[in-house]
Amino acid sequence: MSQPKVIRVAGPLVVAAGCWGARMYDMVRVGHLGLVGEIIELREDLAYIQVYEDTTGVGPGEPVVLTGQPLSVELGPGLLGSIYDGIQRPLDLIRAQGGDFVPRGIEVPALDRQKKWTFQPQVSQGDMVQEGDILGLVQETPLIAHRILVPEGVAGQVVTIKEGDFSLDEPVAKIATSQGELALKLYQVWPVRRNRRVKSRLMPDEPLITGQRVLDTLFPLAKGGTACVPGPFGSGKTVVQHQLAKWSDSQIIVFVACGERGNEVADLLLSFPELTDPYSGRPLMERTVIIANTSNMPVAAREASIYTGMTIAEYFRDMGYSVALMADSTSRWAEALREISGRMEEMPGEEGYPAYLASRVAEFYERAGKVICLGSDNREGALSVIGAVSPPGGDLSDPVVQATLKVVKVFWALDDRLANRRHFPAINWLLSYSLYVDNMKHYWEKEVAEEFAGLRQEAIKLLAEEAELLEIARLVGLESLSPRERMVLETARSIREDFLHQNAFHPVDTFSSLRQQYLMLRTIIHFHHLGLAALDKEVDLELIINLPVREAIAKMKYWQDEAELLAVYVQVETEFKKLSQKEGGSSWPEESQVITGKINDEGEADVS
Amino acid sequence: MYREYLTVSNIVGPLVIVEKIRDVAYGELVEIESGDGQLRRGTVLDVSTERAIVQVFEGTVGLDIRQSRVRFLGRTQQLGVSPEMLGRIFDGSGRPKDGGPPVIPEKKLDIQGNPINPEARDYPSEFIQTGVSAIDGMNPLVRGQKLPLFSGSGLPHARLAAQIARQATVLGKEEKFAVVFAAMGITFEEAHFFINDFRRTGALERAVLFLNLANEPPIERIATPRLALTCAEYLAFDLEMHVLVIMVDMTFYAEALREISAARKEIPGRRGYPGYLYTDLATIYERAGRLKGKKGSITLIPILTMPEDDKTHPIADLTGYITEGQIMLSRELHRQGIYPPIDVLPSLSRLKDKGIGEGKTRKDHADVLNQLFAAYARGKEARELALILGEAALSDLDRLYLSFSDDFEKRFVRQGEHQTRSIEETLELGWELLRGLPRQELKRIRPEFLDEFYPQEKTPS
Ligand SMILES: Nc1ncnc2c1ncn2[C@@H]1O[C@H](COP(=O)(O)OP(=O)(O)OP(=O)(O)O)[C@@H](O)[C@H]1O
Ligand SMILES: [Mg+2]
Repeated sequence: MSQPKVIRVAGPLVVAAGCWGARMYDMVRVGHLGLVGEIIELREDLAYIQVYEDTTGVGPGEPVVLTGQPLSVELGPGLLGSIYDGIQRPLDLIRAQGGDFVPRGIEVPALDRQKKWTFQPQVSQGDMVQEGDILGLVQETPLIAHRILVPEGVAGQVVTIKEGDFSLDEPVAKIATSQGELALKLYQVWPVRRNRRVKSRLMPDEPLITGQRVLDTLFPLAKGGTACVPGPFGSGKTVVQHQLAKWSDSQIIVFVACGERGNEVADLLLSFPELTDPYSGRPLMERTVIIANTSNMPVAAREASIYTGMTIAEYFRDMGYSVALMADSTSRWAEALREISGRMEEMPGEEGYPAYLASRVAEFYERAGKVICLGSDNREGALSVIGAVSPPGGDLSDPVVQATLKVVKVFWALDDRLANRRHFPAINWLLSYSLYVDNMKHYWEKEVAEEFAGLRQEAIKLLAEEAELLEIARLVGLESLSPRERMVLETARSIREDFLHQNAFHPVDTFSSLRQQYLMLRTIIHFHHLGLAALDKEVDLELIINLPVREAIAKMKYWQDEAELLAVYVQVETEFKKLSQKEGGSSWPEESQVITGKINDEGEADVS
Repeated sequence: MYREYLTVSNIVGPLVIVEKIRDVAYGELVEIESGDGQLRRGTVLDVSTERAIVQVFEGTVGLDIRQSRVRFLGRTQQLGVSPEMLGRIFDGSGRPKDGGPPVIPEKKLDIQGNPINPEARDYPSEFIQTGVSAIDGMNPLVRGQKLPLFSGSGLPHARLAAQIARQATVLGKEEKFAVVFAAMGITFEEAHFFINDFRRTGALERAVLFLNLANEPPIERIATPRLALTCAEYLAFDLEMHVLVIMVDMTFYAEALREISAARKEIPGRRGYPGYLYTDLATIYERAGRLKGKKGSITLIPILTMPEDDKTHPIADLTGYITEGQIMLSRELHRQGIYPPIDVLPSLSRLKDKGIGEGKTRKDHADVLNQLFAAYARGKEARELALILGEAALSDLDRLYLSFSDDFEKRFVRQGEHQTRSIEETLELGWELLRGLPRQELKRIRPEFLDEFYPQEKTPS
């Protein structure tokens, strides 16, 4: 049999002949430089290979080596705090070997082979174990205990298990399986394009708390849920994703910088070691894995990068952690698919994207979920996936946006008109939705406040009303509106500016606890109710909107102190009381009557 | 040693197809000698065992199938670099164009370059004072940033770019700096404007120019920005200089790319541009930046003219998706005679946050900037409303905002082409305008800054 040889090179696509026996999605090494590639199509002895490195200088006749292995990642201690390229090569090692610019054909191990990890067994000799069981622990960072799992498909009796310090290649346990004895190490290898199995899936019912008011209160994402963030350039996709990576209450973050800017990755790398997790006080890097294939890095590796990230995220989910994966931007991944597909001269679908775009997108998001992990202890894990989409011209009819909207449950629509006015996060409150709201209600009632869902509903109603009223005002002028309607406009403005607007770069405002969100919204809505009541008593609108407490309301976002926040609520009451006395009003309604006015529950997320 | 072939089978647009080749590599540099002995250059775009597709920089006009000799040079396109390049003018392929001697290279660099390892990047955070308020105050530029000018035909982007090149300084620093200028498809007059301006201000000695003008081969434009950036990388990371790269006009660059794509009969993306335009532009723009432990930097200002002033046009759109913001020029402001006609609202500098504030510009900068944005946006809304309903329909407050936005355009945005405003002056001007609004309206400014800067003598508006 002849040695496989290159017969054609067209950018990232290489065709090799003589590849009898090669399998789809197997890895290959291309040319004298040994560039990493993956087989994406087979026609008789011809293998179509997408190459993860620049192919300049490669020509027909050069050798191709079939590795017989699918593109895989190494899963084990050492992942946390790492930054990898699209095919799991650590960028720091690449730099150490190759300098400031990424050279080609470099080979570096994904996980450090020298480092010794302290392994604490959780099972004993003689125990029966099955796939997914926790063999033992490695305290990988002060924050995260890396649970060493029995690999999929392995079951049997523990013959030996050792405690102590081990490097990755040393066996730590032996299992007697039906196929004989098997030595287990601290790491496993997994093909990126295959999902990791779970025992069963659950309905997501707990919010992923992000500390971003517009997200947590209006359009919540569930742990194990899926969200997409589409928007034109500069509308705030990356900032939203960075905020989630920084402040969301996930135990593990996998951030896939897919075809975006190098400086944004540098920003993560420089800021994460310095920022601390608001829940544990530890540096964020201790719970984070970054996959970076920037826009100038080879396009095919961009296609692989989101699978690399996803597989790592699944692995931590399997340990029973709550994991969040951010992909910025899935459009670049889709474009990589399109580019390769175009070079293979496949039949194009919409906008030149391959016909299988939608199914690839769906498969990707389906890897999210809240699950019962493999293993006898039935532990729960969750993997939330948040994908940015960058449609041309911000046009939401783009095939990638459309394919994504079919599968995700949360839609955070970024709007450049808001961004241009510097209303951040520029999430359009009329277009966006979350299909998890009903699942969250129980949690909110228990953990936040009985009335929270109602307050939220009222805020949404006011914002929708505002849009209608502004339309009317635009046609016939503001003065045609009744004082009640003007009051609605004032409150809606307050919701937008004092509540929804949130500056990611302000030291305090960048993160808002659910409690703070609740206290803020409650105060704004309370002001609204008292304002309406005052209008009923013929109090002048100008007097209401000029009450000094409004300045305090605007500042609530900068306060975290509970007493301070509560005081504003009291101040609202006092000022309205004074106002009514001045106006000679007599019986002022009691507080309880005002705020418990239950809001009907209809019309979730259908305000579009 | 190179191989020569007489086996051209097809010539399609800017492409030449050569048959029965051996040992040809993707991306290889090619020399084509036509029957009359004229030499052209090209690169291999696609190669198989039977044939190679070659894009010809100088175009294929006058080439024939029988007599053309094709030589594969066994290497990629390179640029010989040396400190002597400063003060020189080259053509779009890197050959001297100023009548001077050839540059004796210190080393030869592949013009494609390799991607910067994100690990090696240092985050840009040094404020560059351009002396232009609409940039410094509202959308500040930092060293190592890529910040394009989105313009339209007939707008004064060239004047603004030259002004930035003239005035840009980093406060409190005396450092080696240089300008690299790449022209793609612009007219002789426009190019001349830059050269003259550089010459007059003495900047020419510290500049390297690569010129491919409107009447020169379009396909050559694909190499021009890469030559410029290769030179910039050498100056920045070998010679430790702070390099400002100006590239004009990216629109013509993208059109050259489209021409090749069309000749290859590729499935086009939006408006006929190839689907890989994003990736291709990224391999240019992402070469800007800073490296850890290196003194120099590359700051990149690409200029593009948006067809029909449409920022959703693929060239502007994809550029915006790659660069770290954009400075948007407005035809409306230009018509009103406002120079520089920068529309600050759709403009954006994404790297500003780490470049401004205490110790960099001034502690109140971020707040003032946010407040000016908010107030100007509100004023423009009021202006729209007034257009529909008449000014009488506005509330008192809206009227204040309206006059604020007028002042903002006429006093803050507008300034002289040769006027440098220090950042202090710019911020002071901002406060002057803000003082025309009631204090409680200034929600984006921290109270302590209001206490410090808001009072002072009220200026009549
Ligand atoms: N929550 C926020 N608070 C303050 N500023 C913000 C916020 N969100 C976005 N911005 C501003 O908007 C700019 C652009 O945001 P971002 O980089 O996230 O856009 P993007 O949608 O990712 O754009 P692209 O598609 O080009 O990558 C930021 O640099 C920042 O100045
Ligand atoms: Mg982004």
